[in-house]
Amino acid sequence: MPEMASAPSLPSPTLAHVLSPKVRTVRNRSRADDSERSGAWRWTLLALIGAAFWAGVMLVLVRLLRYFKNTPEIGALLAGKLLGLVFLSFFAILLLSNIITALSSFFLARDLDMLVSAPVDWLTLYGAKLLETLVHSSWMVVLMAVPILAAYGYVYEGGAGFVLLALGTTLPYLIIPAAVGAALTLLLVNIFPARRTRDLLSVVAILAVGALVLLFRLLRPEQLARPEGLRSLVDFIALLRTPTSPFLPSDWVQRAIMSALTDRLDVLPLYLLWSTAAAAVVVGAMLHRALYAGGFSKAQESAQQWARTGMLPRLGRAALAPLGILRRELVCKEVRVFFRDTTQWSQLILLAVLVVVYVFNVKFLPLRGQGIGFLLVNVVPFLNLGLSGFVLASIAARFIFPSVSVEGRTLWLLKSSPLPMRELLWSKYWTGTLPLLALALLIVGVTDGLLKVSPFIYAVSVFTIAFLTFAVAGLALGLGAIFPRYESESAAQIPTSFGGLVFMLSSAVLIGAVVLLEARPVYSYLSQEAFGTVADPTDMVVGFALALAVCLAGTFVPLTVAVRRLERLEL
Amino acid sequence: MIQLTGLTKRYGSFTAVDALDLEVPAGQLFGFLGPNGAGKTTTLRMIAGILRPSGGTVRIGGIDITANPAAAKAKLGYIPDRPFIYEKLSGAEFLRFVAGLYSQDGAAMERRMDELLALFDLAEWKHELVESYSHGMRQKLIIASAFLHRPDVIVVDEPMVGLDPKAARILKDLFREYTRRGHTILMSTHTLEVAEDVCDRIAIIQGGRIRASGTVTELVTSAEASGQRGLEGYFLQLTGERAARELVEVLDA
Repeated sequence: MPEMASAPSLPSPTLAHVLSPKVRTVRNRSRADDSERSGAWRWTLLALIGAAFWAGVMLVLVRLLRYFKNTPEIGALLAGKLLGLVFLSFFAILLLSNIITALSSFFLARDLDMLVSAPVDWLTLYGAKLLETLVHSSWMVVLMAVPILAAYGYVYEGGAGFVLLALGTTLPYLIIPAAVGAALTLLLVNIFPARRTRDLLSVVAILAVGALVLLFRLLRPEQLARPEGLRSLVDFIALLRTPTSPFLPSDWVQRAIMSALTDRLDVLPLYLLWSTAAAAVVVGAMLHRALYAGGFSKAQESAQQWARTGMLPRLGRAALAPLGILRRELVCKEVRVFFRDTTQWSQLILLAVLVVVYVFNVKFLPLRGQGIGFLLVNVVPFLNLGLSGFVLASIAARFIFPSVSVEGRTLWLLKSSPLPMRELLWSKYWTGTLPLLALALLIVGVTDGLLKVSPFIYAVSVFTIAFLTFAVAGLALGLGAIFPRYESESAAQIPTSFGGLVFMLSSAVLIGAVVLLEARPVYSYLSQEAFGTVADPTDMVVGFALALAVCLAGTFVPLTVAVRRLERLEL
Repeated sequence: MIQLTGLTKRYGSFTAVDALDLEVPAGQLFGFLGPNGAGKTTTLRMIAGILRPSGGTVRIGGIDITANPAAAKAKLGYIPDRPFIYEKLSGAEFLRFVAGLYSQDGAAMERRMDELLALFDLAEWKHELVESYSHGMRQKLIIASAFLHRPDVIVVDEPMVGLDPKAARILKDLFREYTRRGHTILMSTHTLEVAEDVCDRIAIIQGGRIRASGTVTELVTSAEASGQRGLEGYFLQLTGERAARELVEVLDA
């Protein structure tokens, strides 16, 4: 049989067809949730929390914008500046998030083998993956932007036309970082292998965020609000009129929106937004055509990584020997997996920044000087306990909450072995809690030292933060096991799940309850010291005992439920 | 050594495993044959203690796995069909971790680990992270881990998937030697040649029930009695011959 001269090429599937599995997945997941009894209340709770958040943001912003609106001359300028700043920070977040998401959707996603091997046109693949990247990286920013824009539209009476304008400005504003982020990722993957790029990117991204936070804090922005810092009103207005970043899309959004709300729509920023978005997509597509095939192939080559077999691991194992074989191996495994996963350990950088900022804030609290007495110096650190509790809760959400979920695919091994689930959970508990406890004691110890509090408050702070740490870690691990996300591809996605939200809310309630319960005995003591009143010993004992009971319940109840849940778990 | 009594697993209204009774004595290599979705993996996962039965009991060496899971599982080694393991551990670290789950360590364990790694050609990769292992290498590592603590019973789901011919040969020899030493292996497969090649007894499972059981010779004799040629014909007759005939029609269409 003669060979065919050329096979007729198949028409490429459409963009909608390539995207259809993603859309159907979302639809099927929500249907599955609807059919479950727990699904309905889960969505209701999320909707309520979302509505409360939107209402809160709108309420604050509407008040502020009304105040601006009633301020002649500079009111609109201030409102514009604020919007510009908000959109500038959104832009930084969007760019970072798009770079990281593009790496996953263009190079590492599980559907790529199928798509790349199918006769899918390069432009369709680019479009589909760009859209996927855009949606994944931007949904949170959009959720944040809706109440903000709504507040602007409401206060400045934008009307129905404003909704169209908001859509018309926000859409290109979201497209630009997505196309730029995808193009940057493409270039990076062509330089480094993708699996290394992921590690590199997570460290770079976290370092960038950390540096931004530190820089912002070290500038001490609160000083700018002091009127004596400004030489004259003219200077101030001149400063406000200067665009913060005239070449960035955030400024164009601000100019388009504020011009339409306060005077007449300035179309130049709109042109800039749309033409830049179009140019970014075109350049991105051209780069994709030229570089994607090579980059994708490179991304499939995994980097060889050898485990260290030096002195440190051996010493670590020897130090853990008293725990017994089972516990020692569980702890060793936890530590190794954590420090070899760049997306996990790199978060420690953010943690360090958080602690530095916290200590920095405390150091610059205006608690010294005339008129500031013993009472205030001691009340503030006590209330700060609550704040450090929240810092600990957010750390626990990142590191302890995902701990059970990340076992997902390997649970077959643990479940088929004689390992009691109690052992697994408690090993995870102590591996997560001890570093958290050290950090908590360090924060409270240093800040109390800086504030020179009385020995009684020092002792109360140290004991409270210790027991709060036990409880917060128990809640994190327990709720992480009760609301697991076994199918998550990355540990970093797990804290933003429904269970993560439940954990943060429960921690807030727990910390609030402990601070409230201890408030009375602490107040009794401080009144005695400051005003010579007599403290009631029953007050002291009952308050502290109840706080302790709450902490112990917070530690043991979720863990006991979690053990039972894991024992009954079927895979 | 393995005793299943009225073992049942229901998912809502669907019954995946239906009142299964089975006894596998010590020293036997028992094969579970069946088409996809017949209930093989569900049964093995119940024996391994990963799934809880909706009814009936699983006994390993006389110990009920629901009543006394730790003691029953200590006698068991499980090899799943999908090799998901800790990506960020090296091969040696993974084996050490598994040994730890069975409370084993020390020089003897290290020696056994090295022997098993060498047997499966993994010795030179032992310090490399699992994330860079191929599918077959992961499968071999999991198989090695199941033999580490010398369990009385090994439950293995589709053992040959992803293995190269050399590793498949080694595994068959290993299975035979292991049962010759008095240990028990329960293996599921849908590859008839593998079952014929290594199993002492075979059960054909379909729709969560055992349709036939016996030695290969007994099953072939039954096949011939019902007018079928060999184990394959009998298997297709029991599990739905129509599908194979339809295939020809589809290809010719």
